Amino acid sequence: MRSAISKLTALAVIAIAAVAGPLRAEQPDPKNWPAVLEAAKGQTVYWHAWGGDPKINAFIAWVGEQAEARYGVTLEQVKLASTADAVATVLAERQAGQDADGSVDLIWINGENFAGMKSEGVLFGPFAESLPNWPLVDVAGKPATVMDFTEPTEGYESPWAMAQLVFEHDSARLPDPPRSAKALLDWARANPGRFTYPQPPDYLGTTFLKQALYAHVADPALLQSPADEASYEAVTAPLWAWLDQLTPHLWRSGQAYPANEPALGQLLADGEIDISFAFNPGRASAVIAAGELPETVRTFVWDGGTIGNASFVAIPYNAAHAAGAMVIANLLLDPEVQARAQDPAVLGFQTVLDVASLGETDRAQFDALDLGVATLAPADLGPALLEPHASWMTRIAEDWVSRYGVVQ
Amino acid sequence: MTQGGVLRAAPPLTALLMAGPVLAGLGALAIPLSDGDGLARLLAWNGLSGAVRLSLVTGVVSTLVSLALALLIVAALDGRRSFRLITRALSPLLSVPHAAAALGLAFLISPSGWIARVLSPWATGWQTPPDVLILNDPAGLALILGLVVKETPFLLLMILAALPQADPARRMTVAASLGYGRFAGWALTVLPAVWPQIRLPVCAVLAYAMTSVEMALILGPSLPPTLAVQIVTWSMQPDLAWRGPAAAGAVLQLGLVVAVLAVLWLGERLVAVLGCRLAFTGRRGARLDGIVAPLAVVLAAGSAAAVGLGLAGLGVWSVAGLWTFPDALPATFTTGTWESAAPGLLAASARTVALAAISAGAALALTLACLEAEVRFGLRPGHAALWLLYLPLLVPQVVFLPGLHVLFVWLGFGGSLWAVAAVHVVFVLPYVFLSLAAPWRAWDARICVAGAALGAGADRVFWRLRLPMLLQPVLTALAIGLAVSIGQYLPTLAIGGGRVTTLTTEAVALSSGGNRRVIGTYAVMQTLLPAVGFALALALPALVFRNRRGMRGAT
Repeated sequence: MRSAISKLTALAVIAIAAVAGPLRAEQPDPKNWPAVLEAAKGQTVYWHAWGGDPKINAFIAWVGEQAEARYGVTLEQVKLASTADAVATVLAERQAGQDADGSVDLIWINGENFAGMKSEGVLFGPFAESLPNWPLVDVAGKPATVMDFTEPTEGYESPWAMAQLVFEHDSARLPDPPRSAKALLDWARANPGRFTYPQPPDYLGTTFLKQALYAHVADPALLQSPADEASYEAVTAPLWAWLDQLTPHLWRSGQAYPANEPALGQLLADGEIDISFAFNPGRASAVIAAGELPETVRTFVWDGGTIGNASFVAIPYNAAHAAGAMVIANLLLDPEVQARAQDPAVLGFQTVLDVASLGETDRAQFDALDLGVATLAPADLGPALLEPHASWMTRIAEDWVSRYGVVQ
Repeated sequence: MTQGGVLRAAPPLTALLMAGPVLAGLGALAIPLSDGDGLARLLAWNGLSGAVRLSLVTGVVSTLVSLALALLIVAALDGRRSFRLITRALSPLLSVPHAAAALGLAFLISPSGWIARVLSPWATGWQTPPDVLILNDPAGLALILGLVVKETPFLLLMILAALPQADPARRMTVAASLGYGRFAGWALTVLPAVWPQIRLPVCAVLAYAMTSVEMALILGPSLPPTLAVQIVTWSMQPDLAWRGPAAAGAVLQLGLVVAVLAVLWLGERLVAVLGCRLAFTGRRGARLDGIVAPLAVVLAAGSAAAVGLGLAGLGVWSVAGLWTFPDALPATFTTGTWESAAPGLLAASARTVALAAISAGAALALTLACLEAEVRFGLRPGHAALWLLYLPLLVPQVVFLPGLHVLFVWLGFGGSLWAVAAVHVVFVLPYVFLSLAAPWRAWDARICVAGAALGAGADRVFWRLRLPMLLQPVLTALAIGLAVSIGQYLPTLAIGGGRVTTLTTEAVALSSGGNRRVIGTYAVMQTLLPAVGFALALALPALVFRNRRGMRGAT
């Protein structure tokens, strides 16, 4: 029976392949930029980007206006609940034999999703290092712009924002927050139900676990190579021991978790928890400025540093509008766009550019920014810890789900 | 004569439209199932038993409670003054999309929600929200509550529609003359005649409640989630290997629904036997009315208030500035949320309305063609036709939509507005048909004879007599179709590939982000659009027939 179905499937796949055929459109050459600009004119680029935050959506809409005005490229944001949706779309298209004219032109991506698409060979490129604005990127000072979760980007994705984990607390309720994993556990014991983290495999939730992992490994260099069977158990054992102690003192006693970063932020705003965190040092200031958090909220980092990484954009191999997508990727590296993204009133994202080496007028746009009441100065932000190899995230998220993902 | 041909083709075409997508989507499950270890990975998931239990418990309990509540309201209150009031209060809830109702309810009942805010700190002493698990509770109680407040109005209207054929007035007179109380008399004499007509709607509610994705995402537990939510999560994974367990889960989900429907079939027989036995005891149950009637009023008012206040709460959030716990109202108000959301809202609203107009229009045209074909060719739709109509409502969406998506992409229609509209028709048509069929068939055929005697052909009778006289039910059916299309989440997401965004998909996507202010704007729009449709359906006939006394208040 099983083999009969397999044969049927094989037949179906062959039939699909025969109908669809090797229909691979000629994609533009990133090295020939004038030709890219020419091809991009009049295109509509579908940018698949997580759509859960209106500020980011508004920023993308503004980028769209710039693209329209400067290059005649129309930008449509496809708002996703999860980046994995876009990856799934590309894979479904490949499964259906649609190797050209795909529905996804540009994806806001990093980490696991990038590693997955790169290893599946469903990315267009390399293109990033051919972009005219590429030389402005601070590759030396921000190695995360070319090293995505220890996966070399090799030009298959272009960075557009830097992020670093910062914790947030309401100084009116909690003047002196805990600044380490151990201090957090002690504090949670004394104040049960006032801390939580987004439910893994959510991105921010897993990042919190990695942050805690850093606090529990003797040799952080281990985390830069793939997690292997032998060392994984030993390396993560202290993390799970710590988490076992913490869980009963979490919000809802660990019987429910917020879904993601904004849901966690909403809990802080509702006063359900006293400490939250975000992958954006400027988030708290931006939200205070919007009148959605009390003005007494401040940010802090753990002793020894917090995890930092970059956000990227990538283009699927079958993108219908790869030229337009490259124009958008390049526009995102424009100093004016980068400065706007760093403005806490807009996004508060850290720039990927080397601001010191920019020209006078471009630098002035960054100098003019008021970072906001809750944002730490770059000197107080502490060291940015490198993301562990993507395999750690995958393993830890899976492990978390099997350990805590089902309430007993 | 060609028109006769077109009309004759309408019923089989409609049948194909109902069954085709479902069967194709089911067939496409074979591809991910046949290769790999989908079943093994499904069984290896430690949340499986919990997810299955949740699907069963939330689905069955919410359906039984909604059914009991709807029956209670009709049995205890039909004919009383409060009855009209309650049906008036509950009917609009039918047009509220599931996602909006769930989001409103979530804000209402959460520990930092509106109820807690209004009562704090003066009554509760809470300065910060209590750490209690109300939303997303592992037992699924919040989800059950959400499903009950949303499904009760639907079942209530289905019972009301079925009531006239059961001839309740005479049955109740007989029961009353024998000394039976109102409630007991209704349950023993009217219910057995009503049940066969509401059996399929109850099955549809059961299948929906067991597999709802958007309500379970917002109100349901996540450790583990319901089986349907987990299937969707797996189908959305970047790693293709998860398609296997997703497909295996879909087959399991289908099996669960079929099994529960089978149990319902057995339960129906059991209830019939018990009911007969109860009738033979001869107990009049007259004193029951004193308890049951107030209970029905309280429960009905409670569920109407839950949805109404929830939506009002979201409306307040949409204009809220800083609103910290335990303030009952925001400290500051702002129109900023609406201003910044306006471009996205307008675009999504336009797309939502376009989709709804196309799909509801097509569904109405097909329904009219089918019903007219019945009349002209003397067709007698049997049980099979009714089951076919209900097929897309009985087979869970999570089971057949992913396969249908792959099929659409392969055919080259993936992600287009037309593809989404076509799939919407599949879900819209049953509701349009069900709402229109009864008044259409009840139309006095003697008018047709009179028209024919005056020399009018079949077409002229249709356009000049039947359609105008049935304008009110036709427009109501259209409004229901619009509301159903506006509320569609999974079909829009799965077939549109994320590219066709509507108010509903945006609202659910935003709900993952937890920004209540923006969610508020989307939920308000999502509720307003169908309401406008219903208002027009009521206002237009009144306007058109303002000088026709016989048509006023008809149907």
